[in-house]
Amino acid sequence: MSLKIVVLAKQVPDTRNVGKDAMKEDGTINRAALPAIFNPEDLNALEQALRLKEEHPGSTVTLLTMGPPRAAEIIREGMFRGADGGIVLTDRAFAGADTLATSYALSCAVRKIGDYDIIVGGRQAIDGDTAQVGPQIAEKLGIPQVTYAEEIISVADGKATIKRRLERGVETVTCPLPLVVTVNGSADECRPRNARRIQQYKYAKSPSEKAELESTALYDARPYLNIEEWSVNDVDADLNQVGLAGSPTKVKGIENVVFQAKESKRLEGTDAEIDELIQDLIANHTIG
Amino acid sequence: MNNLIVYCEIEDGIIADVSLELLTKGRTLANKLNCKLAALVIGSNLDGIEKQLYPYGADIVYTADDARLYPYTSLPHTAIVCGLFREVEPQVCLMGATSIGRDLGPRVSSTLHSGLTADCTSLEIGPHEDKKAGKTYENLLYQIRPAFGGNIVATIVNPECRPQMATVREGVMKKEIYDANHQGEVVKLDVAKYVQDTDFVVEIIDRQMEKSKANIKGASIVVAGGYGMGSKEGFDMLYDLAGVLGGEVGASRAAVDAGYCEHERQIGQTGVTVRPKLYIACGISGQIQHIAGMQESSIIISINNDPNAPINTIADYVITGNVEDIIPKLIKYYKKNSK
Repeated sequence: MSLKIVVLAKQVPDTRNVGKDAMKEDGTINRAALPAIFNPEDLNALEQALRLKEEHPGSTVTLLTMGPPRAAEIIREGMFRGADGGIVLTDRAFAGADTLATSYALSCAVRKIGDYDIIVGGRQAIDGDTAQVGPQIAEKLGIPQVTYAEEIISVADGKATIKRRLERGVETVTCPLPLVVTVNGSADECRPRNARRIQQYKYAKSPSEKAELESTALYDARPYLNIEEWSVNDVDADLNQVGLAGSPTKVKGIENVVFQAKESKRLEGTDAEIDELIQDLIANHTIG
Repeated sequence: MNNLIVYCEIEDGIIADVSLELLTKGRTLANKLNCKLAALVIGSNLDGIEKQLYPYGADIVYTADDARLYPYTSLPHTAIVCGLFREVEPQVCLMGATSIGRDLGPRVSSTLHSGLTADCTSLEIGPHEDKKAGKTYENLLYQIRPAFGGNIVATIVNPECRPQMATVREGVMKKEIYDANHQGEVVKLDVAKYVQDTDFVVEIIDRQMEKSKANIKGASIVVAGGYGMGSKEGFDMLYDLAGVLGGEVGASRAAVDAGYCEHERQIGQTGVTVRPKLYIACGISGQIQHIAGMQESSIIISINNDPNAPINTIADYVITGNVEDIIPKLIKYYKKNSK
């Protein structure tokens, strides 16, 4: 049985190694100092999708991302690793969306894709760490969800068998198709880019990117190089449910994190100092 | 009506710590809001479960008791939570930021179209003014959470939609008995009214749960290592020191990502929050996301060969030197002085 697989992915600023220059003096984020990357757990999800594609000949893997036009970069990245193609859901009307408005927009795009068996995405994105969009898309599509997945063990007889990694153990579940699966970072890493696929797809571009080219003749001859771009109208989304207007949560305020500095005792680590330190800690009952 | 409801997780008949922590916080918030504190427990064999919840201040305990409701699966629990919420219209709902709460919360928020804020580190009650709409609101839940790798803290509100939903990680709030003699009422829910047979589509075919090995949340002494420990073997020294002092070993995210230590020992915004009497940070530079998870420790010792490591600013004692030299000395002089 061939499968239609949709991979949800997000282009995120790399918040894992935030350097000193990541914040501007006025307390706002210096996005230019943070590289934009393929959200790590979405790569774990892509790997699960690519394995299903290999096990089920004739299957397709379509990437779906919402973001600014430059998010086409991660679609290309996914194609280098084995995805068949992808869609960038991009529109100014989507700006300022919280997770609920985001999941609504993405669910509209999935409905437009129409035919799908498995929707798989990372558990959460590193710029928000909310883990909400996957389950919310499942709810909006009226299909079940399996979160915290570590491995999609098999898909057979209209059912997926999935191993979940929870805080204190593992669980193996079965769930009928179609469903949404969110994948943990503990799952196997995504395969690297494939040299042949890089050659094949390096000119893959979205309409926004093609607008800067002098000639687009290549894209008529090789339709597989087209990355799709959908607007709010393309997916028939209700304007009241997208972007800031469609978001129940509002940001009331943002503060820079400043920790109260203490007056520290500075030690060089000599024997006499450590001896005294230990005696002090015992004397004030910090250690017994 | 319009009460504050805590969704309570249960494992082997015991209410999860994170749920008791949320009841403790919920009690304070309910007093400010002048509403009742309710607990919702969904599972099986729940007779007497209220005895675990009343001491933490629960006024109402809703139970949905059915053999098929334990262990947790998404759709039946969502159906019960949403069904109950449509009837009793709580103003606030709190859940643990666990693999259950983070599976259930978003599904419920999507069904009810209410806002949900994940992984809050602080919850407060206060007013809000929407200048554009010319509206003011009283007694909203301030859902305060770090964002952007912990470099900023955002306060989120849900002005219009109810309930205002938030999840909180285990160990972030304190668990405290409100009144050992506090009494409330039990309301048994009719499961069949909320749940359809078709909600049981996900079948659990195998489940292996273990008790948590590490108890860093409750430890009074924590010896934590960072990327500066250099290797998994480097952590052995920390286990030696923790063993001698009677403490637990913790780790920074960088050390866990590098594979030096298992994730359940991670301290910080994406791990556990700890408040020990003594925190010894070894080779930890002190990214904000780590500091947020340990800054309330009573005494902090930082051992680092970088005299300007950010963590030093919040340390009571800064020892500048190599961990390989300092830690054996700490062990040596502890043994000498403790006799």
